[in-house]
Amino acid sequence: MNPQLTCFFIALLLLLCGGAAAWLLHRREALARRLAAASVIAAGAFGMVPAISVLASGESLLYERAASIPALSFSLMIDPLAAFFLVIIFFISAMTALYGAGYLRAEGSPAARGRSFFFFNLLVLGMALVAAAANGMLFIIAWEIMSMAAFFLVTFEDERLQTRSAGLIYLIAAHIGVVLLFFMFWLLAGAGTGSLDFSQFAGAALAGSKLKSLIFLLSIAGFGAKAGFLPLHVWLPEAHPAAPSHVSALMSGVMIKMGLYGILRTLTWLGTPPLWWGTLLVVIGLVSGLLGVLYALAQHDLKRLLAYHSVENIGIMAIGLGLGLLGLHLQENTLAVLGFGGCLLHILNHSIFKSLLFMGAGAVKQQCHTLEIDRLGGLQKRMPFTAATFLIGAAAISGLPLLNGFVSEFMIYFASFSAVTSAPKGTTALPLLSLLGLAAIGALAVACFTKAAGVVFLGEGRTQAGERGQEASAVMLLPMLLLAALCVVAGVAPLLLLPLLRPAIAAAANLPAAVISTEMAALVEPFTAVTVIAAGGAALFILLALWRRRILATRGLQRSGTWDCGYSQPSARMQYTASSFVQPLIDQNKWILRSRVEEVPPEGYFPEGARYHSHTPDLFLDKFWRPLLAAIAWLFHQLQWMQRGRISLYILYIAVVLLALLFWFGGLR
Amino acid sequence: MRFSALIFFLLSLLAAPLLTGWIVRVKALFAGRRGAPVTQLYRDLFRLLRKGAVYSRSTSPLFWLAPMITLAATVAALALLPLPGYAALIAFPGDLILFAYLFALGRFFTILAALDTASAFEGMGASREAWYAIFAELILFLGLATLVRFTNSLSLSQIFESRAVTIEYADSPALALLLVSLFVAMLAENSRIPVDDPATHLELTMIHEVMVLDHSGPDFAFILYGAALKLWIWAMFLTLVIISSFPSPNSLRPLIAAGVLFIIATAIGIVESVMARLRLERVPQMLMGAGALGLLSYIILG
Repeated sequence: MNPQLTCFFIALLLLLCGGAAAWLLHRREALARRLAAASVIAAGAFGMVPAISVLASGESLLYERAASIPALSFSLMIDPLAAFFLVIIFFISAMTALYGAGYLRAEGSPAARGRSFFFFNLLVLGMALVAAAANGMLFIIAWEIMSMAAFFLVTFEDERLQTRSAGLIYLIAAHIGVVLLFFMFWLLAGAGTGSLDFSQFAGAALAGSKLKSLIFLLSIAGFGAKAGFLPLHVWLPEAHPAAPSHVSALMSGVMIKMGLYGILRTLTWLGTPPLWWGTLLVVIGLVSGLLGVLYALAQHDLKRLLAYHSVENIGIMAIGLGLGLLGLHLQENTLAVLGFGGCLLHILNHSIFKSLLFMGAGAVKQQCHTLEIDRLGGLQKRMPFTAATFLIGAAAISGLPLLNGFVSEFMIYFASFSAVTSAPKGTTALPLLSLLGLAAIGALAVACFTKAAGVVFLGEGRTQAGERGQEASAVMLLPMLLLAALCVVAGVAPLLLLPLLRPAIAAAANLPAAVISTEMAALVEPFTAVTVIAAGGAALFILLALWRRRILATRGLQRSGTWDCGYSQPSARMQYTASSFVQPLIDQNKWILRSRVEEVPPEGYFPEGARYHSHTPDLFLDKFWRPLLAAIAWLFHQLQWMQRGRISLYILYIAVVLLALLFWFGGLR
Repeated sequence: MRFSALIFFLLSLLAAPLLTGWIVRVKALFAGRRGAPVTQLYRDLFRLLRKGAVYSRSTSPLFWLAPMITLAATVAALALLPLPGYAALIAFPGDLILFAYLFALGRFFTILAALDTASAFEGMGASREAWYAIFAELILFLGLATLVRFTNSLSLSQIFESRAVTIEYADSPALALLLVSLFVAMLAENSRIPVDDPATHLELTMIHEVMVLDHSGPDFAFILYGAALKLWIWAMFLTLVIISSFPSPNSLRPLIAAGVLFIIATAIGIVESVMARLRLERVPQMLMGAGALGLLSYIILG
């Protein structure tokens, strides 16, 4: 067997054995913890070998072995697209596992921790298999391993009702998705030669446009449930806050992207897309992006806020992908390459800063035992490194220049602008909408993350919860520092990213490598300029800092209380809270957000007992999914009369059904 | 190195405070006062640069890092701005995206520094800054899209260089609509009346001024200078839109630009003299109206 594939299998084996051993040895805690983290990191090192080599050479790795189960074959294919995702999976899982070793120290019981270690490894294994699978049945099995492992990870604190309900919502969402995927693969097999091997699916490109569109829609809905497209996003804000933070980091950073991987993979079989596919994805992306960030603004819980931001960022990726599809349809190579490239690069970037942000939130949770933003404040004084890394992540996710988030958003902006110029008269509405949507999302993200970072880490502690705590342990800080450094490096020197991206775009967009190279060459100039500006800006910054230091060295620096416009007794409770910070924005968008406010305003000359409480429920969960699921439950209740609890009756049912089948099939003969 | 661009860059750095000074002067003349000299801001800056600083005990290092980051980002944005008739110091396809986002970078850190002081007033200003910026950024991107659509180029330098097509553009009402919408965005982004009042120090009515209440000494000098530079960049951006719409000999362009810049500053001063600050919740309505004009301009061009 090919040595690179051997490395891949070793990685899978390490994950399985390491996880199982950590579970079995959960009584020896230190050992189990180290074993679990070491196995994921080692697996990451081994898994990187095939991934990097495929990206470097552009050649796919293939493996095939027949299985005795019908429709299943153990075929793997690591093409550049899969390799790109494998890089993300193995790298982020290694980082989160390292963090988890520090984070899981104090949470739950030893047995629960052991179980969590095992399922963490299983989740990584499932994701790696999803990326590498080249057979529909194997893909679904891997997909289920991934989904179920995530379910057990989310329900870590299963003694809490909220966690159990979050787990349930996640489980339902995941399985609604899988059912649709079953249909999709069935249609794909039917359109091709009847085999479920991916290599046979290429025939689907020749199928009728109706069938192709149905397959496309099924993939959007089925994979979108995992990715978190609106309105299928409802499980994200429930599951992420419930899960332990390193798990949220891995799920939000990597697992939801497997949904996009699925869509990208499906698109490679469907040939040239019609116009409306790209349009649909851009619209889905805009809606997810805008509503995601608006809901994020309204949240009071830090992890819930981050979860909604994942919906927003998935939206940005969908906009990129939609523009890419438009480019393929219009045969505008610039648009296609930049759209796909922006989508893929944003997947990579988001996995870096989102896992970083969840790690920061986890450190806060561990130290302060709350994630209620308005109860925190001033944590920078006790957790300077966590604060600094969180701040970098916050700036990166807001798409600010000189950090990695800007680079991918730049590509999607660039794609939109180039579509604005190239579109024929009268059809420029869509690229303009994506442009304005991106701008609005970006500005709202700035508002949201100045709130999150500013209120939690800066200023003064608002309650005693914020007064507690110290810096997170070194094991937890190390991955955070590494990820923050990556945000900066990728943002300052984006040229480094192009070699990683080039083969992945070629595989995803199914364009010849020469086309990709020409189109990507257009990025060299802007990306070099970004580096030049970063260098110039940094030089200016250092000059200013030196100048300031010289002035202050001679003129002196005093410490005093905040100048509160002459008020001499300011207290921490008088600070602006996160809720008040976003109140004008929430008020303006109450037509969609429907925040519930309970208010007892201050009355009289000497007011006492004023109260304010606001809560923003998810409109789609409350007004769409709950009624729908309740209606389905009602339907099933109507069949309850069959259920009498008497065994003789059930035996009669079985006999009747068997008899009916006998007659039916007999009749068919 | 483009020599003329470098000269323009350095001249802008030097002359930016004059623009603010002239606006204050116009307001004074309108009010029938003699007013401070046009060079007043230079004097303020020199005074502040010779002072020490007082920091609140609540603040973190971010509080004094932020003004320098914001100023550096603003200077970087200036480097992308072309000289009328000549390319910018740094020009590349897509530089207009970076141009817009550098302002966002500056805003991000200004807001964080305000929240760092633990003051309710500064939090209030920060909240409003984040809110209004959404509209201003939308208008800017709408305007950029119109210019990009019309000139078929994705670089600020090229947009303002390609004049062959812009004559047709100048004839249509699209230019006027675009200019009005960008002018309003400039007022919002630079905290001018009717969005914000740069002159008052009454806390509740301010946005930008209230966010920097706690800064002092050199830090405050960086902030004041950065704000003046940002206004200069925005006014110059508007100037470029106007100039590149009409044919004129290349050698005269810097002179014409200076004239247009003077007119824009005077216009800002007049607006500030004849208008009052709008109520807070009216501001988004005005900005949305400006956005609608920008959209109309885009639609006219198709």
